[in-house]
Amino acid sequence: MSLNYEQAIEKYEPTLGLEVHVELNTKSKMFCGCATEFGASPNTQTCPVCLGLPGSLPAVNEKAIESSILIGLALNCSIAPFSRFARKNYFYPDMPKNFQTSQYDEPICVNGYLDVTIETDGGPKVYRIEIERVHMEEDTGKSLHVGGATGRIHGAEYSLLDYNRAGIPLVEIVTKMIPGTDKYAPEVAKAYVSELRDILRSLGVSDVKMEQGSLRCDANVSLSPRGSGVLGTRSETKNVNSLRSVERAVRGEMVRQANLLEEGGRVIQETRHFQEDTGLTRSGRSKETAEDYRYFPEPDLVPVAPAADWIESLRATLPEKPSTLRKRIQESWGVPDKEMAAMVNADLLDTVVATVELGADPTKARSWWLGEISRLANESEVTPQSLITPADVAEIISLIAAGELTDKLARQVVEGVIKGEGAPREVIDKRGLKVVSDDSALMAAIEAAIAAQPDTAERIRGGNIPAAGALIGAVMKATGGQADAAKVRELLLKHLGQA
Amino acid sequence: MSSIFKSASEIANSLTAGDVTAVEVAQEHLDRIAAVDTDVHAFLHVDTAGALAQAAAIDKRRAAGEKLPALAGVPLALKDVMTQEGIPTTCGSKMLEGWRPPYDSTVVAKLKANGVVILGKTNMDEFAMGSSTENSAYGPTHNPWDLTRIPGGSGGGSAAALASFEAPLAIGTDTGGSIRQPAAVTGTVGVKPTYGAVSRYGLVAFSSSLDQAGPCARNVLDTALLHEAIAGYDPKDSTSINAPVGKMVEAAKKLDVKGMKIGIVKELSGDGYQAGVKARFNEAIEALVSAGAEIVEVSAPNFEYALAAYYLIAPSECSSNLARFDSMRYGIRVGDDGVKSAEEVMRMTRELGFGKEVKRRIILGTYALSSGYYDAYYGSAQKVRTLIKQDFDAAFAKADVLVSPTCPTTAFKIGEKANDPLAMYLNDIATIPVNMAGIGGMSLPCGLAEEDGLPVGFQIMSPAMRDELMYQVGGTLEAALLSKWGKPLLSSAPALGAK
Repeated sequence: MSLNYEQAIEKYEPTLGLEVHVELNTKSKMFCGCATEFGASPNTQTCPVCLGLPGSLPAVNEKAIESSILIGLALNCSIAPFSRFARKNYFYPDMPKNFQTSQYDEPICVNGYLDVTIETDGGPKVYRIEIERVHMEEDTGKSLHVGGATGRIHGAEYSLLDYNRAGIPLVEIVTKMIPGTDKYAPEVAKAYVSELRDILRSLGVSDVKMEQGSLRCDANVSLSPRGSGVLGTRSETKNVNSLRSVERAVRGEMVRQANLLEEGGRVIQETRHFQEDTGLTRSGRSKETAEDYRYFPEPDLVPVAPAADWIESLRATLPEKPSTLRKRIQESWGVPDKEMAAMVNADLLDTVVATVELGADPTKARSWWLGEISRLANESEVTPQSLITPADVAEIISLIAAGELTDKLARQVVEGVIKGEGAPREVIDKRGLKVVSDDSALMAAIEAAIAAQPDTAERIRGGNIPAAGALIGAVMKATGGQADAAKVRELLLKHLGQA
Repeated sequence: MSSIFKSASEIANSLTAGDVTAVEVAQEHLDRIAAVDTDVHAFLHVDTAGALAQAAAIDKRRAAGEKLPALAGVPLALKDVMTQEGIPTTCGSKMLEGWRPPYDSTVVAKLKANGVVILGKTNMDEFAMGSSTENSAYGPTHNPWDLTRIPGGSGGGSAAALASFEAPLAIGTDTGGSIRQPAAVTGTVGVKPTYGAVSRYGLVAFSSSLDQAGPCARNVLDTALLHEAIAGYDPKDSTSINAPVGKMVEAAKKLDVKGMKIGIVKELSGDGYQAGVKARFNEAIEALVSAGAEIVEVSAPNFEYALAAYYLIAPSECSSNLARFDSMRYGIRVGDDGVKSAEEVMRMTRELGFGKEVKRRIILGTYALSSGYYDAYYGSAQKVRTLIKQDFDAAFAKADVLVSPTCPTTAFKIGEKANDPLAMYLNDIATIPVNMAGIGGMSLPCGLAEEDGLPVGFQIMSPAMRDELMYQVGGTLEAALLSKWGKPLLSSAPALGAK
């Protein structure tokens, strides 16, 4: 490749389009009563309806409608007084009816927007992302293609089908074309998905776990020669399953298309698959000849016509916007911009908030979660939240404040909790991590340290206070780190006539 | 005396009086099936053990002094398009050979709750597509009036089972006349209730927006008893109507039409209607006038387009509904040699599994829904549907019920129209408008055509959710004709079986 990103953006302007699929966290599926729990044994969460057995009929899950309306309201959409399901017809083995019940020309929510802020060379800038539609549909089953080189159906020896996912409610959120992001297109795309995820989480309508597929993003990218005003052919990149990947996929696709166009090539309208390892996209299905899905209104379902007062009552329950919440927290805690950004990027804001709500000091809570706990999480390649609960962290912080733990001991307690040794107090008991605060025990250790280093003691007596460090260290060592260093210092200096 | 020639209500009375047991009644009917069904071929599957077990359970409950529902212990023939747990359900198609559904349709669940004894599954045109039962993959059913003639379709098996005294009750389904036309040509009674009055859950779909299950019997009262047993709101069918079931039995017993306005639909008579059909229809009208009804003529100008619109809507929906038959989860599988792809196996299975008429309609429907054709075909057909509803609304403003001959002709010969689909489609010209508008329709016998000695059907149409009106008019007409004839029409049918 000849053009790098900077060179590509000098010659071309990007237009984005983002489609986000969200699995709702309803207890039951979109059209039947089957459970939706993630990770159950294959085909154990199925029934005649989600298996599409002959004669079965769908019945809409009201909760899914409610969630969809909440999403639409949070994204400033109009809620359609009348919307319909439609059948999208195509054959695929993991689709039990060989049509997907979706919404087509009459979606439940239309015409919204979402503002996202990103850091630019000229400071923070707000981009308004316009939302075209929010619609409901059912998920398909999952295919596992065994044998063959690509893991795709072609060339596979055989395929295994799991219909547990079939019929899980999905909401698809589609943006209008997003022009004008210029070189910030990758950041805008990431910020949009991130903001959207925060909103969905605050609404409590989805687990929004990209790694488990409960939030999936397709990124459409097209380039136009700078200043030409001619919209280029778009590609649609699928399989983008982390926030970082959204950014990388858009960036990678912009560079790929720019180079293709530079070489006199033509961008093909197709789906592409993002590859996590290389950051590149691989060609998928061509969309040059549009597939004919033969959409028509789903005759087995009656139209969705939510009452206006119901919509208003849902609007009244909308939680504080994540962006407003962030601003409020930053101001009340007095967090510098950079640290606030670090906390948001690490996906730890909610966790820190939860810890503070349990009584912890905001600065301490932030420092534990972003420091020691994140370090341990990185080591084992998991999320910090999966290691320890905000309640345990809050308790540990309160024990430090009460002088029952030192920072060093606290780290051991954290380690113990993570290893499953129990709640903080249990770990303290089991490991015997009590702070030595008994003055007489400490005095014995101090006297022993003085006896071992008489010269150092003499220098301290002579007013060389910094020399105390060596003796304090010796005492800490002797007590196995269980002494409160400040207390040791106080007692030592007093003993040597310096306090 | 054998219960074979008794009506359902007479059998019910005998059972209540203790004159006979349900097991005896079931056995008599099973014996009758064994004796005559080789000739008639009404049944695809006879559930001897299951029927006797259901009957024995009823006898036991009755012996224990339990108060049982009206039809407890009365045998019934079930159209093979309805799922019954563990009992083969083929829909008259090779595609579903060997499939035993793991669940009961709502109609079957209600029959079981009412203690009705299900004798077995009846023959039908494949996936309910046809007017003669010749499209069954398992061979045609023969009309008990003349074994060389068709028993109507698609529910020819259910109607023939009634007319040959193999069962006093039967379940049919009616998408364009599949209950009423077989009733007409076999001299039995069949009702297509208002769309949504009887749950479609477990009815293997042909055309979802038109399909409706309904009761069939040899007289109006029995039909009403069965109607009340199977109707009612079902949350599993979103299109089912959440309203109390009307009083059909009470209406059937009224025997009074004084002051009722009966509308003759101008467009559903005249050219193309057999002379004997017109003669019997006119006599029935005279009987209703004698009973005190007022006759008005109504016009429904848009009925002219009903057949054309029907043959766009029904195939469109069927092309999607029948997509699920792909060999992946149930039914037959062809070509799975470990080498062919899933797509090839699907194609080969559908090639072999579906018959000619089903393929014809799938192709027609796929075309009609295709992008670029949708508006012209499916869209226009839906508009026609609205116009037909408006015609009915205008007609019902002038008349309480509407009437017409059920079919233009009496039963034709097997093979006569098998290669002329358009001639076959014309059989349903008078029944299709009722499905298009979602209203109720009944066919009851009104005599024999002098030219061929075969039964003629009289159709009564009632406004949506006013199905009881059909029973009131039908019951009255039936009583008037019976007193005129001196005996039920079916008693003039030729004797069947080993003499």
